[in-house]
Amino acid sequence: MTAILDLRVQTRLESPGRSFVLDVCFSSATQRTALVGASGSGKSTVLMAIAGLLPHVHGHVRVANKVLLDTQHSIDLPARERGVGLVFQDYALFPHMTVEQNLAFGICRLGKQPSEAERDRIDALVRQFDLETLRGAWPRHLSGGQRQRVALARALAPQPHVLLLDEPLSALDAQLRVRLRHELAEMLERVQVPALLVTHDLSDVEALAQSVIHLDKGRVVDSALMESSV
Amino acid sequence: MLTPLWLTLKIALLATLLAGVVGIALGWWMSQRRFAGKNFIDALLMLPMVLPPTVLGYYLIVVIGRNGVLGQYLDRWFGINLMFTWQGAVIAASLVSLPLIYKAARAAFEDVDGRFLHAARTLGAGEFEIFVRVTLPLAVRGITAGLMLAFARAMGEFGATLMIAGNLPGKTQTLSIAIYDAVQAGNDAQALWLTLVISAVCVVVLVVSGRMLQAKH
Repeated sequence: MTAILDLRVQTRLESPGRSFVLDVCFSSATQRTALVGASGSGKSTVLMAIAGLLPHVHGHVRVANKVLLDTQHSIDLPARERGVGLVFQDYALFPHMTVEQNLAFGICRLGKQPSEAERDRIDALVRQFDLETLRGAWPRHLSGGQRQRVALARALAPQPHVLLLDEPLSALDAQLRVRLRHELAEMLERVQVPALLVTHDLSDVEALAQSVIHLDKGRVVDSALMESSV
Repeated sequence: MLTPLWLTLKIALLATLLAGVVGIALGWWMSQRRFAGKNFIDALLMLPMVLPPTVLGYYLIVVIGRNGVLGQYLDRWFGINLMFTWQGAVIAASLVSLPLIYKAARAAFEDVDGRFLHAARTLGAGEFEIFVRVTLPLAVRGITAGLMLAFARAMGEFGATLMIAGNLPGKTQTLSIAIYDAVQAGNDAQALWLTLVISAVCVVVLVVSGRMLQAKH
């Protein structure tokens, strides 16, 4: 199988009283991959490195045949050119924008009137994620599940090559978590964009991923295909 | 009696505008950069808040006075003399209100959650677009509160203005200087009236800025 995601990233993060070295190498040929590990194992840091949001990262990152980073050949695309959709842990929806404006952010650029095609794309996302009644709503008025849908739709708006999800269910209570896990699985199945999901919950892995990579102290210690995808 | 009020409003408004542009730019720059001596620069920018206004007035005379470091060139090349003019009073009021805007803007920019900026980058926005569409709107309440406080401070400016612009009725006599003048002349009724006017304007400004600081998205 051809690798959808192929990377080796090395970086050192310094914070007061703590130095963390990340040296991760893996490739994944499955459409949905989970990155698991204990807190502080470097899972979210890997996502940040792939998205181009960390300085001083060495190595290479290739997503669906597009090279995002190759320090040997002096390639280091800025985050805005990487074509990576990122869903944050608590969604990070722009609080000063309505749902529709959040979706439009990744489609319409500053100072340009949205084209017909861009407006159609926003409408399509609104329909696809069942957001018709929430177009003009503010993020603070949305429920956990609605925020998740908006965050996913916003990340997919610029048509990324890969979707990165940083613990997308951890901000929810247990009951809601079970329901939204299934909703998320359905949505990921529907959008057909390769996804790398960070979680520390094995139920998330079982419901959402086809393969799993286990991180510990900034390194890959294990990887496996899920039974359902073997 | 209304002339000092209009003059004060004009000076305070223009001073807030001038200090606003400089203070917001400095606040943003200081919130983004890490460099040696940053604390020293911060202390310099906050100095107008703690120095006696007369000291600030003296510094201004040294810099923009007719024979000052800059003033002599302004006079020689452009024929501009800021001493004993309302424009000089604008410079003086800008200087004393600058720290209020700078501090508020810097805190507001530093308070913007980095995840929103990261999200904007992954959604294809460049740094200028992120500033205009994300950083500035999220910081605007804090900045506006700083602008209101600066306006109130500029309204009440006395010492530095007196040293730079003097006390020329109808030309450079602001409300606070007119109050001083009225008290010196024993005109208590006029002093009381002017005091009530300036107090009322400043209370309104402080109440509005306080509400803006409390408001959240």
